[in-house]
Amino acid sequence: MTILNLLFIVFLGILFFIAYFHISNYLLDSYGGSSVKRYNFENSIRVIVFIAPAFIVLFIFILYPVFETIRLSFYDKFGREFVGLYNYKWAVNDPEFRRSILNNLVWLLVVPTLSTFFGLVIANLADRIWWGSIAKSIIFMPMAISFVGAGVIWKFIYEYRGPDNTQIGLLNAIIVSLGYEPQAWLTIPIWNNFFLMAIMIWIQTGLALVIFSAALRSIPKEMLEAARIDGASELKIFFSIIIPYLEQTILVIWTLITIIVLRIFDIIFAMTNGEWQTGVLANLMYDWMFRGGGDSGRGSVLAIVIMIGVIPILAWNLYKHRQEQKI
Amino acid sequence: MKKISLSSILSQLLLLFFVIVWIIPTFGLFISSLRDKDLLAISGWWTALTTTEINEIYRMSGMESQIEEDGYFKIKGTLFEDNSGKKIESFGINSKKINEFKIGDIAIFKDESEVILDENGNYEWRSKSEFQKKKGKRLFTTSLSPPSFTFENYREVLFKEGIGRAFVNTMAVALPSTLIPLIICSFFAYSLTWMRFYGRDTLLAIIIASLVVPLQMSLIPILTIYNDFGALFGVAAKSYPGVWMAHTGFGLASTTFLLRNFLKSLPNEMMEAAKVDGASHYDIFLRIIIPLSIPAFASIFILQFLWCWNDLLVGLVFLDQVPSEIILTAKLKELLGSRGENWEILTTGAFVSMTVPLFIFFALQRYFIRGLVAGSVKG
Repeated sequence: MTILNLLFIVFLGILFFIAYFHISNYLLDSYGGSSVKRYNFENSIRVIVFIAPAFIVLFIFILYPVFETIRLSFYDKFGREFVGLYNYKWAVNDPEFRRSILNNLVWLLVVPTLSTFFGLVIANLADRIWWGSIAKSIIFMPMAISFVGAGVIWKFIYEYRGPDNTQIGLLNAIIVSLGYEPQAWLTIPIWNNFFLMAIMIWIQTGLALVIFSAALRSIPKEMLEAARIDGASELKIFFSIIIPYLEQTILVIWTLITIIVLRIFDIIFAMTNGEWQTGVLANLMYDWMFRGGGDSGRGSVLAIVIMIGVIPILAWNLYKHRQEQKI
Repeated sequence: MKKISLSSILSQLLLLFFVIVWIIPTFGLFISSLRDKDLLAISGWWTALTTTEINEIYRMSGMESQIEEDGYFKIKGTLFEDNSGKKIESFGINSKKINEFKIGDIAIFKDESEVILDENGNYEWRSKSEFQKKKGKRLFTTSLSPPSFTFENYREVLFKEGIGRAFVNTMAVALPSTLIPLIICSFFAYSLTWMRFYGRDTLLAIIIASLVVPLQMSLIPILTIYNDFGALFGVAAKSYPGVWMAHTGFGLASTTFLLRNFLKSLPNEMMEAAKVDGASHYDIFLRIIIPLSIPAFASIFILQFLWCWNDLLVGLVFLDQVPSEIILTAKLKELLGSRGENWEILTTGAFVSMTVPLFIFFALQRYFIRGLVAGSVKG
């Protein structure tokens, strides 16, 4: 496909949706009359016109797949024969699955916690310093780049050369200059997971930072002033006023990053491809989607395990939504 | 009166520490992408910022290039083929004593041939007897290399490695994948906010539930649908429209949710007044909603665009990994596997993939942050 063809399809694709809304509404407008009956009819058709595209997409890409994935998890690798709990039993006994779920749990424990913590600390520091906004910009920047791009950046930091060569990776260069042996960081089991998590923390701290910065402004200045006049130290203010005041925000950010981390795939796929015991559920799932021609049963089980992780958050969101509706 | 307290200095230092830790990885990548690829492979990027000493081994030319002059057999040549600006400090003829001679010294080999070297790497190797060996002798040089930067890597990566085409492909994926959800979700959010119909609350609850559904749940069923669709109509199962719709599906809930939150904040009286004046919903949408929603659109556009631009998984699953379809992130991943040691290609490729996000980041940071703060929830 040439670039010109590509441009043409892109243009056509976007135009299609604009044309759909414009033409259907134009027709409705010209039909719409003065009688109440006609007006009501026109309005109910228009609701359908407005909702239909989004609803169809939502149905095909989210609603149907959720049920289909649940169904497929009880079927064989081609999705043809019912096999009951076979795929689930396989998962429970599979060492790779256990390793992945353990890694996922550690990711879920470490990354949201540290990102939120760093975000809060940095937001608080930057708030009181004149060059704080520049600092915030810099720390927020990794949020804009892709996980794969971040992977390349950090792979370069972790780069390993034999002990006789000049180290071009920053981490090993530091280690060598301190007099230690260089290490192939990404191949050391258990620890390599933390080196991968560092990348995610590096990225997500920015997210926590900007949200906290916005939230910090909602703390009444008088309260902080009063505390300072009473002689409270900054550390004391941080723990006794700021953290309790931002409790809700902390929870929101923590959940947000948890959702992102739960389906973490790109970083591990790009850096180690799950080798040296770094695999997580999403990687294992991708693997099973294509390994040996693909196994939709096992892949679906893995997707469901990821889904189970978000169900508490989903329920909580729905509960909050209900409360808001009542008001 | 300003008082510089200890705690203020401490917090400045602490923040500075965070800033340095956060910027160094990206900065190193950027510097590396501008370095000569041979230097990149043998020295850390931090050495590129100052004049550095490098040790190298070169081999002089062999017997073919000898000439007879002033009663000597001579081989003349230069060690540095490229004009890199390196200046030789000292050299040696033995790997154990690489700093044995200064510029201007005459080094004498065991076979009594002698060599003189100038600081630009030009050498003259002479001998009373004729040179007999095809390969010349080795010289060990210690030279000072000034900081030098080049765009050569960018030229190579963009045109030879296929990153340029991948860049175009990514644009062709990301732009419709952002605009299509924006178009259909703005109508959807409008009807969820300002139209009355049966099942509206249920639909809203479904949207909120869909916000957190991980996209892994959708991959296998949608891949199956695409394969069946492709087989049924005799078209490719993996195509650009397929990716657009997948991104639209995965971004639909969050786009609708953010837009609805924004629309809800608009004053109801305005819509009522327009309705009394006989405006249809479409009129209201075009004339009132769209102009008022530009800032909200900008925030959502940026979020969704960056998400599509930076995505790997969707592009990997729903596009063929061929030059006319591969996206930047997938291309980078491929290079990580196949050219893992060619850091000039990786660093430059990564930087090319980051140009658009970084541009958006610096130009439109305000909208980006506003979108995130409004609730970046994505499944």
